[in-house]
Amino acid sequence: MNVTFWNKEVETMSRGGIEQLQVSRMQQRIADALKTPFYQHRLARAGISSPQQFRSLSDMQKLPFAAKDDLRQNYPTGLLAVAMEQVVRIHSSSGTTGIPTVIYLAQEDLNAWTDLLARSIVATGCTRKDVFQNMMSYGLFTGGLGLHYGAERVGMTVIPVGGGNTQRQIQLMKNFKTTVLHITPSYLLHIHSRLNEFKTRPQDLHLKKAFLGAEPYSENTRLKLEELYGIDAYNSYGLSEMNGPGVAFECVYKQDMHLWEDAYILEIIDPATGQPLPDGEKGEVVLTNLVRSAMPLFRYRTRDLAFVHPEPCPCGRTHRRLSRIQGRTDDMLIVNGVNVFPSQIEEVIMSIPEVGTNYMIHLARVGSLDKLTVKVEIYSKMFTGELNALDALKNRIRDRLRALITINPSIELHEPGALPVFEGKAKRVVDEREKL
Amino acid sequence: MKITQISVFLENRKGRLYEICSMLGKADINIRALTIAETEAFGVLRIVVDRPADAIELFRRNSVTANQTEVVAVEIPDQPGGLARVLGILADHDVNVEYMYGFVEKFSENALLVFRFDNPEYAHQVLRQNAIKVVGERDIQGL
Repeated sequence: MNVTFWNKEVETMSRGGIEQLQVSRMQQRIADALKTPFYQHRLARAGISSPQQFRSLSDMQKLPFAAKDDLRQNYPTGLLAVAMEQVVRIHSSSGTTGIPTVIYLAQEDLNAWTDLLARSIVATGCTRKDVFQNMMSYGLFTGGLGLHYGAERVGMTVIPVGGGNTQRQIQLMKNFKTTVLHITPSYLLHIHSRLNEFKTRPQDLHLKKAFLGAEPYSENTRLKLEELYGIDAYNSYGLSEMNGPGVAFECVYKQDMHLWEDAYILEIIDPATGQPLPDGEKGEVVLTNLVRSAMPLFRYRTRDLAFVHPEPCPCGRTHRRLSRIQGRTDDMLIVNGVNVFPSQIEEVIMSIPEVGTNYMIHLARVGSLDKLTVKVEIYSKMFTGELNALDALKNRIRDRLRALITINPSIELHEPGALPVFEGKAKRVVDEREKL
Repeated sequence: MKITQISVFLENRKGRLYEICSMLGKADINIRALTIAETEAFGVLRIVVDRPADAIELFRRNSVTANQTEVVAVEIPDQPGGLARVLGILADHDVNVEYMYGFVEKFSENALLVFRFDNPEYAHQVLRQNAIKVVGERDIQGL
């Protein structure tokens, strides 16, 4: 196997070297954090008033966890550690309750992130000769821009097409002899199902690799995609709170993802107790970003469940590998690559007076795409007897949901009392999608 | 002379129409006219019954989502062109028909149709002026 490096020194650094680097970078981040309203208070409570008080990695335990709610409650600038004029990039997500979360990057942070992406891309064996078609959406979502910058840094030919428009995607792949894709597995499956329509066979394309991400899928799906297209498909991991993609990436051996430990401190904890778990045990992924000066974030609880492989990888990289994500500790759903919380759907339903408060969320897979159906009960007193009014109501619910969660649900209206009533914890989500 | 139509919300579920009709049957309420408006996901059952007040109370007790609307029952000569003539008169007077459907039984030699107009008062006046017979609530009960 041909193993190539972007930064061999860092990628193959001794464990002791990595840990030393983590401690010194952590001290820098604590210095930044002490400038933010959020951490001034929090670190004081943890007994930390200067960076020098962080002496070894065991001091991580002294730091409080951070969660998505902290980001929301301190929106927009509670975690900002630099003057706004130092910020060169903002990424934001819609958030579950209408309050968004925001991530700030200074120029050095953007450089560091881009470097991690370049490192990730090269780890899969890509070179500047590759043509990279980025089918992830651009904009406030981190997936598109993150890989875009990384691929440019490597010197690849980048086609920043974004998601959707299958005909154009296929045409671009043919015209520019695209060799590498960044794409959700469900969209890659979808494209395959439509190749015929455009008189194209997989072997007419020049594809060699695909970076998969943004939604859960099984090893079987990866193998299927590799077979369908005759390519190597690589798993990747990232989340906007940690900048986005490039937190962990598979190397050419495709045996789980190297988590770049010079840039992130990885902990796996028991989600119930918060206690650290040993390598190999499944628990919640907790991450600290070591290379972001504009917005420090320590021990962020990702809600993702995974485990760590401590054993060395044949590629020679010393950074430990993270398993594929095994599930979530919360009820977040991923629908066609978009994160959706049931509470977002609930919020919309509660704001519409014509429907009652009981609802169900149904997920199915149609072809290779997810279908989200929201079932609501109409409120008897609001029933006018007119079909048009019901249709208009249905459209209004659909439009409001689409505005909030950016995907198009189908709406079912039911009679009052028709949906199941829950005593105790409600089970409002029925997910009938076969595992991808 | 308007009559009461009851609209019932029907979700798309097997046996739901049967349940509604059976509820009326057990209460000895007779359906005089009926139509269903539907989309792929749900429907609205529209009925005229002999005892509308009782039917509404029955639906209320059984948590059936229902609403009442005023409609006009019109006698139409049961012969070719009979309906066309009435619709022609309505059109000439700019009376807008939202929807219409037929009665199950005949009231006389004439066919009996239910009309929902956007402006029932004016429609009624036009029908009367053109000597088209409109049937009242009491007539329906006696069918």
